[in-house]
Amino acid sequence: MTAGVDVGAKFAKVVILKDGQVIARAKALVGFDLLKSASDVFEIALKDAGLSRNDIQRVVATGMGGNAILQKPPINADEAVSVIVAGAAGAYQVVPSVRTVIDVGAEEGRGIKVEGGKVKDFVINERCAAGAGTFIEAMARALEVKVEDMGQMSLKSVNAIPMNAQCCVFAESEVVSLIHSKVSKEDVSRAIHDAIAGRISSMVLRIGVEKDVVLIGGCALNAGFLPPLEKELHTSIIVPEFPEFVSALGAAVIAANPTR
Amino acid sequence: MKEYPTEPLKCWEQAKNLRKNYYEDYLRAHEKGGLRWAGGAWSFSGIPAGLGEDVYCITGEPYGATVAFFKDFAAKCHDATEAAGFPRTLCAYMRNYWGSILLDKYILTDGTVVDGYPAPDFIWQDHICCSHGKWYQLVKWLEKKRSKEVPMYCVDVSVGYPSDFSPEEDYKVDYIVGQLNDGIEWLEKVTGRKYNDALLCDAVWNEIKATSLWAEICALNQAVPAPLDEKTMYSLYVMGTLMKHRPECVAFYETLRDEVKDRVKRGIAAVSTERFRVITDTQPPWGFLKIFREMEKYGVVSVGSLYTYGLIGMWQYQLEGTWTPKPVPPKKPQTREEALQAIVRWTLHKPEWAHFYQPELKTKMMDSIVKQWKVNAVLLHYNRGCEGLSVHIAENRLGLISAGIPVFPFEGNMGDERDFDLAGTMSRLTAFFESVGLKKLKE
Repeated sequence: MTAGVDVGAKFAKVVILKDGQVIARAKALVGFDLLKSASDVFEIALKDAGLSRNDIQRVVATGMGGNAILQKPPINADEAVSVIVAGAAGAYQVVPSVRTVIDVGAEEGRGIKVEGGKVKDFVINERCAAGAGTFIEAMARALEVKVEDMGQMSLKSVNAIPMNAQCCVFAESEVVSLIHSKVSKEDVSRAIHDAIAGRISSMVLRIGVEKDVVLIGGCALNAGFLPPLEKELHTSIIVPEFPEFVSALGAAVIAANPTR
Repeated sequence: MKEYPTEPLKCWEQAKNLRKNYYEDYLRAHEKGGLRWAGGAWSFSGIPAGLGEDVYCITGEPYGATVAFFKDFAAKCHDATEAAGFPRTLCAYMRNYWGSILLDKYILTDGTVVDGYPAPDFIWQDHICCSHGKWYQLVKWLEKKRSKEVPMYCVDVSVGYPSDFSPEEDYKVDYIVGQLNDGIEWLEKVTGRKYNDALLCDAVWNEIKATSLWAEICALNQAVPAPLDEKTMYSLYVMGTLMKHRPECVAFYETLRDEVKDRVKRGIAAVSTERFRVITDTQPPWGFLKIFREMEKYGVVSVGSLYTYGLIGMWQYQLEGTWTPKPVPPKKPQTREEALQAIVRWTLHKPEWAHFYQPELKTKMMDSIVKQWKVNAVLLHYNRGCEGLSVHIAENRLGLISAGIPVFPFEGNMGDERDFDLAGTMSRLTAFFESVGLKKLKE
């Protein structure tokens, strides 16, 4: 048995694998203390599977806080790998025909070119929240709606409103202007999703898009994000089950193959 | 895992002292009755040498880089330039330099900040990019505000980058030589000194020898393991940006060349765990050179770059893609005209011109460095601090990828730390190394 722990900017996710099959998943918000947050969620996953730490042969950490649990009790991760490598391995595990992975989490958006589960090239949005899940959260605050309602709301939109802002901060001002102009929340929500899809697609196109394309990360749970992204990239995109766990799954797969 | 023997460079202290003395000599030039001039590292620095042995210069880009290395001082310089109304999108070296004048403080290589920025007696500059000429127009203006009248001469060098001159292109050389001839008359006029052609010939000859020697040193880095890593090379090539026309520079590069040759012969590595070789591009983020030490933890050595090799090194680059150090001409120039013709023809061979003029050629040059120096990947610095050397860099990326070379681009700024995200860059770099199959060897 192996485990993968993805300590992301917003959530920590844990996947436990037994003989290549997922036997437990858990996720929880990450607090200031990364080690504690990850340890708590790791404990939940162990409990759900009826296991203890000693039952797990190897643990691989990933995510922006992956190093915080490397060889530190109680998790004592054996290795830390980048979320790029973990995302590619996880996506390959769930969709073996994958050639392009789009991973949009809270902090970053990433594009990964994959061949046989290995990374061939990748691109990450630079210091800009407008290409990450944080953008949708910030806009949800401006619209005074729950972030989880944003996706469905945008699907009810009847008008495509172009949003010109290239930056999260300026976009917020633009959203406020749209609200004052009596544009419906549904249309504003769609404009926001169109904008982030535009940002992500232009970034991913830098490495080239080859089918099959798989969308992972927390933003993949957002129903409003997929249609504009598919439209921008002129291709269908596969969203696997539990997309936010795919990098943790990849870490668990890597843990199971230490001589990869 | 194989480990190579390694040892520090024996001439390291000599390099440190040369650089230290250079900045101090400029500062104290007037105490010795000498002259001070300011201009860029690309300028024809051998020409003012004809005014006498007591003429000291400060070149702007290395000074801007020195400021950048000392982040606290750099931050004050940025504040000063921005308070004076200059945007932070301009050349970072230029802003650091202006900031130093605005603060009226001068920084030495050990970080000592001296009160009173030493104004030059004249400015001798080349307009190599969108900023270089304007940079010193502003210096002149800033000095005037401090009641110092500084005359300025700027040479237009925008004749393109021919890989080789045909006789039909002699007009390009003559265009620049003509400006230098006029410039010598101008130097005599503004300094009141009689120009000495013998000193000019010596300086030109020194520059030709020094820049050929640096290419010879870089060529030795083709060896596996690499005898030098790029972080170290930054402290060595800098002599060519400060004093390429000086005999001390020639002497230092001769010593260094012999030492590096010896390292190659004995298999001495810069990085004992070398197993993956990279090159970079453009100036690094000077305040964050520790990224090179982080790379070593993966067994990665940066063996140089087109920038490190080609800014100072003079090469015979063949279009089929081979690099050899440009041989020194058989005969030292004996007259003013011979010296000017020689130095202009020599300077126009500088491979670094390709950055400005020919992105396709630059890609080809980088590709051939990859092959000749046995390089595994290229790290491209999208350097927000230097428009000139960053222009076309995204095209270079595409070209290198098409050639099958793994490329890692990262954003930053050579001289303004606010544009560089160390943690983010390291995290991406780690992902890149993992994607090419490397694992961390040590913490």
